Formats: sequence, C-alpha cells, structure tokens
Amino acid sequence: MFNYYLQLGLHSLKRNPALTALMVMAIAFGVSASMVTYSVFRAVSGDPIPEKSSQLFVPLIDSWGPQQNDHGEPPGALNYVDAMALMRAHQSSRMTLIYSLMLSALPHDANSVPSQATGYAVTGDFFPMFDVPFLYGSAWSNADDDSRAADVVISDSFNQRMFGGANSVGREITLSGHDYRVVGITGHWNPSPRFYAVWGESGFGDPPDFFLLLNRALDLKIDNTGRNSCRGHLTFRSWDEWLQSNCIWLMPWVELNTSADVARYRQFIEGYAADQQRAGRYGWAPNVRLDDVPQWLEKQHVIPEESRISLVVALCFLVICLVNTIGLLLAKFMRRAGEIGVRRALGATRHEIYSQYLVEAGSVGLAGGIVGLLLTAAGMSGVGLLFEPEIARLAHLDISLVALTVAVAVVATVVAAVYPAWRAAQVQPAWQLKSN
Amino acid sequence: MQIRPILATLKHHKAGTLLIALQIALTLAIVCNALFIIHQRLAHLSQPTGLDESHLLVIQNQWANKPTKGDISSLLADDLATLRKVPGVANAYATDGYPLSSGGITYGIGHSPDKLNFVSNTAIYFADENALPTLGLKLVAGRNFRSDEIGEIGGRDKIAPQVLIITSELARRLFPGESAVGKMAYVSDKPSIIIGVVERMQTPYVDSAMAQWSDCSTLMPFHQLVTPTNYVVRAQPGQLDDVAKRVRAALYAANRLRVISPEDGVKTFAQVRAQAYKSDRGMAILMASISVILLAITAAGIVGLTSFWVGQRRKQIGVRRALGATRHDILSYFLTENLLIGVGGVLLGGVLALGLNLWLMKQFEMARLAPGYVLAGVVTLLLLGQCAVLAPALRASNVPPVEATRSV
Repeated sequence: MFNYYLQLGLHSLKRNPALTALMVMAIAFGVSASMVTYSVFRAVSGDPIPEKSSQLFVPLIDSWGPQQNDHGEPPGALNYVDAMALMRAHQSSRMTLIYSLMLSALPHDANSVPSQATGYAVTGDFFPMFDVPFLYGSAWSNADDDSRAADVVISDSFNQRMFGGANSVGREITLSGHDYRVVGITGHWNPSPRFYAVWGESGFGDPPDFFLLLNRALDLKIDNTGRNSCRGHLTFRSWDEWLQSNCIWLMPWVELNTSADVARYRQFIEGYAADQQRAGRYGWAPNVRLDDVPQWLEKQHVIPEESRISLVVALCFLVICLVNTIGLLLAKFMRRAGEIGVRRALGATRHEIYSQYLVEAGSVGLAGGIVGLLLTAAGMSGVGLLFEPEIARLAHLDISLVALTVAVAVVATVVAAVYPAWRAAQVQPAWQLKSN
Repeated sequence: MQIRPILATLKHHKAGTLLIALQIALTLAIVCNALFIIHQRLAHLSQPTGLDESHLLVIQNQWANKPTKGDISSLLADDLATLRKVPGVANAYATDGYPLSSGGITYGIGHSPDKLNFVSNTAIYFADENALPTLGLKLVAGRNFRSDEIGEIGGRDKIAPQVLIITSELARRLFPGESAVGKMAYVSDKPSIIIGVVERMQTPYVDSAMAQWSDCSTLMPFHQLVTPTNYVVRAQPGQLDDVAKRVRAALYAANRLRVISPEDGVKTFAQVRAQAYKSDRGMAILMASISVILLAITAAGIVGLTSFWVGQRRKQIGVRRALGATRHDILSYFLTENLLIGVGGVLLGGVLALGLNLWLMKQFEMARLAPGYVLAGVVTLLLLGQCAVLAPALRASNVPPVEATRSV
C-alpha cells in the first residue's frame, strides 16, 4: 500500500512542478539554515569532558570585596596568595593551578628561525584530572612538583615540529632561553571549548604546544601572558610584589569525586575565607563559589552570542517555511477534491486517504531534505564568514548531521501535512461527484 | 469596493486566510528584527578609530631568548631604527596595544587617588613622541610628548606617569565644559598632568560590554620593556603593501633571534579591522540573506495559495462577470482581499516583532527596536503581497463570463 501511495504522490507532484519545487525549496532552505547554525551551536555548546564534568570544580574566593567585585560575584580566578594557600592545604584528591604562557622555541637546526610556542604552566595533577592521553612518556609526579623540576610535557603536533614526531622523552628543549627536559608527549587533545582556561580566552583556539611545571615557571619568573586583573592602586614594583598583590591570574581546578567531598571542600574554602577575614586580610564575609564544568562554562559565556542569535533566527525561519508548506499543501490537496471524491466513492476509507496524503507529503519532505543537505554542505563553507576561524572549523557535516537534516525535513513536512491531509480526508464524495 | 462580500468569502477559507496572515506576520517579525540587527552591526563596524588606517601596519615581535630589561631597551631602539630605514617607511613606534587589537591594559581614571571613585574606564596605550605622527592622530589641544619625557618600565613595574595625553571624549568626561590641558588626573596614587588632547582614539575592544567608553583612551609616555611587543609602522602614501613585504626581512636581517609569526606577525590595519569586526559583518550578511530568502518564500507562498483560490472560484468569477462585473472589478476584488489579509498579518506581525525584540533584548545585548523598522517592514510586506497577488489576480480577471455556464 505504501508503494502505491508513493507512486500516487510522485505522480501528483509531477503534475504541478512549480508548486512542488516551491515546497521543496522552502523546506530545503529552512532545514539547511537551521542545520548550519545548529552545527556551530552543537560544536560550541558541547560538554568538553563528559565523563568527568561533574567531578571537576573551579574554587573561587572573593578577594576584592563587595565594592570592587563584579556584581557580587567573586572574580574568575585566584590571586597568588590564595591559590598557593589552597594548594598547600591538600583538601581535594587532585588540584591544579593554570596560567598562560607564550614562549619562543629554539630550533634544532641552525638554519631555521625561532618559532612561537604557546602553553600553560600547570601542576602534575593536571594530566590525570583532565584525562590527558599520552603518546610517549607520562606526566610528572607530585614529587617533581615539589622538587621544582625543569620538566615539560609537549603536544604531539609540537613534537612533530621540534623532533619530527620521534619519541623525544628525555630530550632537551629550549623555550625562551631556558632548558627543559621532555617527560611526556600527549596524544591529540584539545577539548572544545577548552574549559580549563576559558577565563579570558575564547576557548576554541589552537591546542597548546606545551605544559610547563608550575613551580619551575614561577621560579624562573616567566610572566603570565593570559588575563591579569587587579583592583585599587597598583603599588607593586617587582615580580615578588606583584605575586603578593590582589591581582588575580591563576585558574584553579580541583577534582572532587563524591557529593560529600564537594560539600566538605565548599566548607573548607568558606572556612579559609573566614580565616582571612579574621586575620584582617579581607574586610568582608566569606563569598566563595565552587562551580562544576557546565556551571563554569555558563558563567564564562563560552557560547558566542552570534551562535545563539543565528540559531534562534534560523529556527524561526524554519517555522515560517513550514507555515508556507502547510498553505501550499492545503492548496495542492484541496485542488484534488474531485479525485478524492472518486476514490472515496470507490471504497477508500478516510484513513486511507489520510495516509495517502501523508505519504505524499513525506516524499516532498524527503526531496526537501536532500536538497537541504546540498544547501547545508554549501552553507558550511559560509560558516567562516560569521565565526572566527577557530570556531568555524569545528562545524562540519558528519553522518549524524546528515541523518538529522533528512529526518528534520521529513518529520517537519509530515507534521505540516497533518491538517491539509485531514481536510482532504474530510472531502464528501457525494458532493464532489454531484458537482462534476 | 465592497468589503463585506470579501469578508464573507474569507470566512469560507479560514485555514488559507489564517495561514497567509500568519506567514506575513512571522515574516514581518523576523525581517524587522533582522534589519535592526543589520543596522546595529553596520553602525558598530563603521565606528572610526581616529587613526589614519590606510597607511598603517602592525608587527608583533617576540624575542627568542631571555633578554633583560636593559637588553630589550637597546633591542627596541635598534628595531625602531631598522624599521625607519626600510624604504617607504615614514615613521614607527613601539607599544603594548593599539585600537581594535582586542587585548591591552585598562585603568580607571579620576580626580582623586581613591580608586573606588574613578570617573571613567580608559584604555592605556604606551607611546613615545612618534606615536601621534605615526598613527595620524589629530591633536586638538596641548602638545605631543617630548622625547625626554619617555620613560622605561618592565612587566611588573609601577606605572605612575608624570604626563598624559587623553582623547577628547575622556577629557569631556573628566572636565566637562573645560579645557583638560594642564589639569591633573589620577591613574595611579600620584597625579599626572594632561599635556595634550587628541580628537579620537578608539580602545582595543569592540565588545558591546565595553562600548560605553570605546572612545576613552589614554597615552602614557613609556617604552614597555617586555616581550612580545608591537611595532606600529606608518608607510609613505601608496607604499603600504611594499613595506608590509619588506619589514619582516629587514628585522630578521638585523637580528635573527626573534619570532614574527609567519601567519599574522605582520598585519595591515585593514586586516586588523577585518578581524576585529568579522562577526559583525558575518551577522549582517547572514541576516540579510535570511531576510531576502524569507521575503521570496512568503511571496511565492502568496502566489501559490491565491492561484489555488482563483482556480477554485473560476465558476463564481464567471457568474460575476456574466452579471456585469468588469475585469477591473475582479482584479480589484483579489487585490483588496489580499490587502485585507495582509493588513491582518502585519497587525499581528507588528506585535510579534516587538515581542521578539523584547525577548532578544532579554536574552542578548540588543537595543529596543526603533518603530521605523516595523513601519518599513509593514510597507515592504504589504507591497510584496500586492505584487505577489497581481499575477493570479490578472489570471482571474481573464476568466470569461461563459465559465458560468460550464459544467453545471
């Protein structure tokens, strides 16, 4: 029966090619606009570390006070003094502090010029906390953190650039005039958004080239190239005075595995802030936050506004295309009232008429989906027009998007056809036959 | 023209009427807001920086080893000398940031050392006596920095300048109705004297969050001895592209131990501007294409549905023609019918447009929709509807009276 309806449908579509083309194009445009914008939205709004996003937390302490903080929210990073105090307290199973570095890498052959290398200063816990995959070697240990070793972990692409992709564990590398020993090479790893460093970064840039041992970087006074935010008068005159200032720049992360751990840690940082108040360092009541990954990404507005606006507009566009389709299907079906009358008179039930027209609409939807797929593929190349290259490259047409495009087109068209098909099924056979 | 019979007919076509009206309404709501977004984005991206952009290029330079503050001081002087010797270069200076560079230093500036009571946020640009001529900034009062006023600071040194040059917008905020030159302002715990006012110099940021003080910039007489640093180079008229090709080689020839990124180490200001406003331009293009397609689809939908009605009513049209209605009567019947539906649609659409705008204002940083956009959208859609209905209506007016006698 389905095949017969399909044949009838295709036959009828061929009878009004202009009307059919109009419906197909409307659906194709509506679906492809939605899919292109959705592909970007999907890329920027995903959970970057799904298996652990509820176990990783950013502990924040208000070190600026109610007069200088941001609408009552503690600043989005820690100052050096608070960060080091949390590190020393060891109240979480794992903890890291992160800051951004931009260094130059000295080439190994004398003919090339130095190149730029970006990375982060982190503690050894960083790697197991964030499930960083290793190609060769491993992370450094907590003992290495304490002994302030000149260790560095480099990325696979940086290893390719510097060592031709060989296992370079144990080799030396010179970054901005300091020598470091390579202890590990990560596999390709660039969570998107780069949740662990979105404070002051878009979160979608090129993956970092290296991870430096935090204590070593601090010993060498390697300056932070990321965000640094201060309040009041900047009275520091040197690196050491800067460390003691109220400037916030260290991005803290802790791993807390159970809800009891979370509650305990929250209590701990509240207690710490209360101690600071008692000690006279802060003149205000404890104001702390402990955000997990989704909360943190939400707070940092990681999803670009353009992505959300364009998705909303594209979905509205799809709705209008569907309203248009309802009207055209209604016209198309009702024009065949006579034909329906004959079929009904010859014994077709209302239900059969209903299914027949839904199948016909489904085939329109399928055609719309296929044309929409082509438009979506074309639209993907236009994504670069709207978004930064590092976001645009995240959007791509994969199998799931292909399936979704066709499915949305067919389902949307069938839904749009519910009313026109119902009207068609209501046609009175006697009335039609009489007037012919 | 009798409206009552048209309304009576429309009652028989409730679904079709409602669908066309709804489509017009939704289209109006989207198109008004899209036009508004386009206008806002275009206004944003055409904001002037105050710089003579067509002659400028910027170089980001990073030293390869670990130069001390003293090393950088001489390296910087050497580099600026090298750049000035490149054929086609008119002038150059070193700075931490520049308009539209999207990163830089921000301070509060005010009348007292009390930081809780600052008057305005301001972008801080480190500059020397060559900054104004290089950037082509227009000095409207006071004077430029002298070379003996230029100090040197390291990355974490205290910043307390003796003298400042500020933009006229910042001067207006600090000293409304007065001349700012010679007055004192606080950026640190010590007062600084304002020695000059430039007409305009935009901040490094284009975010809407910082739009309120986008013309409030302060120039401080310092060479900041850190790595990386930026060189801003002014080319002689017509030589920008040649200079852009020459500077990298010239700098590497002078000293190889540096990084100037092969991808974006050297950028003309046109590239800086394109990068800064990329999403604004993209948004405008996206909204424009969606509006155009939407209007086309709505017009096509009206043609389709009206054609169907004409086909359905051929006999009635024939009867009316046989009873003495002229072709013109039939034509104006369909035009009026469409106009009635259109008016209903735009009334609903105007409400929807304002509602969508309210929602967008709540969700995103959007301004209130100006009524002019709704009005323009209403006129566009009514005209579009009349044009779309013209072809089917003409076909209807061509139905011969003899149609009335057929197939009865």
